[in-house]
Amino acid sequence: MIEAILVEGLIYGIMVLGVFITFRVLDFPDLTVDGSFPLGAALMVQCILLGTNIWLALLVAFIGGVLAGVTTALIHNHLKVPNLLAGILTMTMLYSINIRIMGNRANVPVLKQETILSKVTELFSGSIPDEYIMLIFFVVVVGVIKVLVDLFFRTDLGMTMGAMGNNEQMVISQGVNPKTLKTIGVGLSNGLVAISGAFAAQYLGFADVGLGQGIIISGLASVMIGEFLVMKSNRIGILTLCAITGSILFHGVMYLGRYYGYLIEMTPNDLNLIKGLLIIVLLIVTQSKKLKKAAIRAMVDK
Amino acid sequence: MIALRNVSMVFNPGTVNENQAISTINLRVKEGDFITVIGSNGAGKSTLFNLIAGTIIPTGGGITLNGRDITREPEFRRARHIGRIFQNPLLGTASNMSLEDNMMITYKKGFKWLKRSLNNRMRDYFRSELTQLRMGLEDRMKENLAMFSGGQRQALTLLMMVLSKPDLILLDEHTAALDPKNAQIVLELTHKFIREYKLTSMMITHNMNHAIEFGNRLLMMDKGEIIFDVQGEEKQALTVEKLIEKFHQIRHKSFENDRTLLSED
Repeated sequence: MIEAILVEGLIYGIMVLGVFITFRVLDFPDLTVDGSFPLGAALMVQCILLGTNIWLALLVAFIGGVLAGVTTALIHNHLKVPNLLAGILTMTMLYSINIRIMGNRANVPVLKQETILSKVTELFSGSIPDEYIMLIFFVVVVGVIKVLVDLFFRTDLGMTMGAMGNNEQMVISQGVNPKTLKTIGVGLSNGLVAISGAFAAQYLGFADVGLGQGIIISGLASVMIGEFLVMKSNRIGILTLCAITGSILFHGVMYLGRYYGYLIEMTPNDLNLIKGLLIIVLLIVTQSKKLKKAAIRAMVDK
Repeated sequence: MIALRNVSMVFNPGTVNENQAISTINLRVKEGDFITVIGSNGAGKSTLFNLIAGTIIPTGGGITLNGRDITREPEFRRARHIGRIFQNPLLGTASNMSLEDNMMITYKKGFKWLKRSLNNRMRDYFRSELTQLRMGLEDRMKENLAMFSGGQRQALTLLMMVLSKPDLILLDEHTAALDPKNAQIVLELTHKFIREYKLTSMMITHNMNHAIEFGNRLLMMDKGEIIFDVQGEEKQALTVEKLIEKFHQIRHKSFENDRTLLSED
């Protein structure tokens, strides 16, 4: 059970990193995620079925995600559409595109074909207990992605992107086009989401057009849980670690809901309601925390 | 340097809210000029700065920078040559990032690439430049800017702008939101940097004494026009009384209201 939660949390953690980049770093609430997650899954599965090299397939999924994000950013930048609406537009269009990619089917299984996960299991089977192979593999994969994201945000480009979510005027004053930064950031974010989708499809054994439904809410809830754990920090390494931890905790809660929810007569259909309520509760707690802090500051000032 | 030819600006043309913010402005700023700009609220001072910086595109006329036409160039591209400081001290720096990160971002203008330029050599350079502010900020390089006061942030914005070596700097009442003590410190730093780095600059102020005391040229604006442009010895000889009288002469109206707006202290 605990390995399942960890593995799920880690796979979706890659998506949470993407959501963290748009929502927290860029201050660009991006709903493309609901479409780019199944896009990654569809591309990965279809490439596997076509017999493409599995690592190339992962790259294809990543590029597909980047293009989806870039589309949203371009719609927002050049047609002066609010970012939320731009994301919804892309997401809606991706629904049809994903079905097309999967050969006009809503669900494509990959149970018999060789995937990255089956290859890894095969490679280490015997030397490591089977249930831990996946866990170790995803710790490594997510660790590498996390480090790459951290490194990116410490480059000049990444730091400027970090400043933009806080102060767009400052970025303009530095002679940088904020539109370009948004395009790069949202593209990168959706690339990560698509990779997450690609791994999820291999883990579940199928790609489904409904795989991304409400995924943005899971991502946001995970980011918020992560932030809740640790005090405010300006170290990108800590922030990304929080996002991933948040994802694991979130999936822990969801796992409990799914397998033990029947004890309180909850069905899997109630999970979306639970996710929403979880976010609302987190918002309330954060708000009251802020208010308390302000009250204390006011007392000190007096 | 920078030249404005017959520049005009109308907001919401053709609607009931039509507003002629700038009638016709002709202005040549020479290299090394330090121009102070005064005028009551709604005179068009900030609109003038917005036009020069590229925040808005004029409805008529043209702007050139070093002989190059920049009338329609977007703000971010012009920003490579034009530095600007706003009244709001939060607009020049990113609160959620450390001081050294902020200085790194503003160190060089233009698009940033996948390079990590922040190293110990840069840190030493930033530290030594920060000592110029005499605020002890050189020991707080890793702190987030959210921890700094408005005065410290505005002084930093000023320093960071100066280090990026712009051709022209626009100071949009950059001390107005600070308390008197910090306003004085930032103003002194401004004066020091402009002199030491020989910066071409324009400064909007509501304070007539400052407008007279600083700079080699003074512009007075009213209703979207430059009504008074004085420089050199004539500017040196100005006093607040003469300035008010001048306004009265030109506009044939009482200065009563404006006197309160253009504070003398």
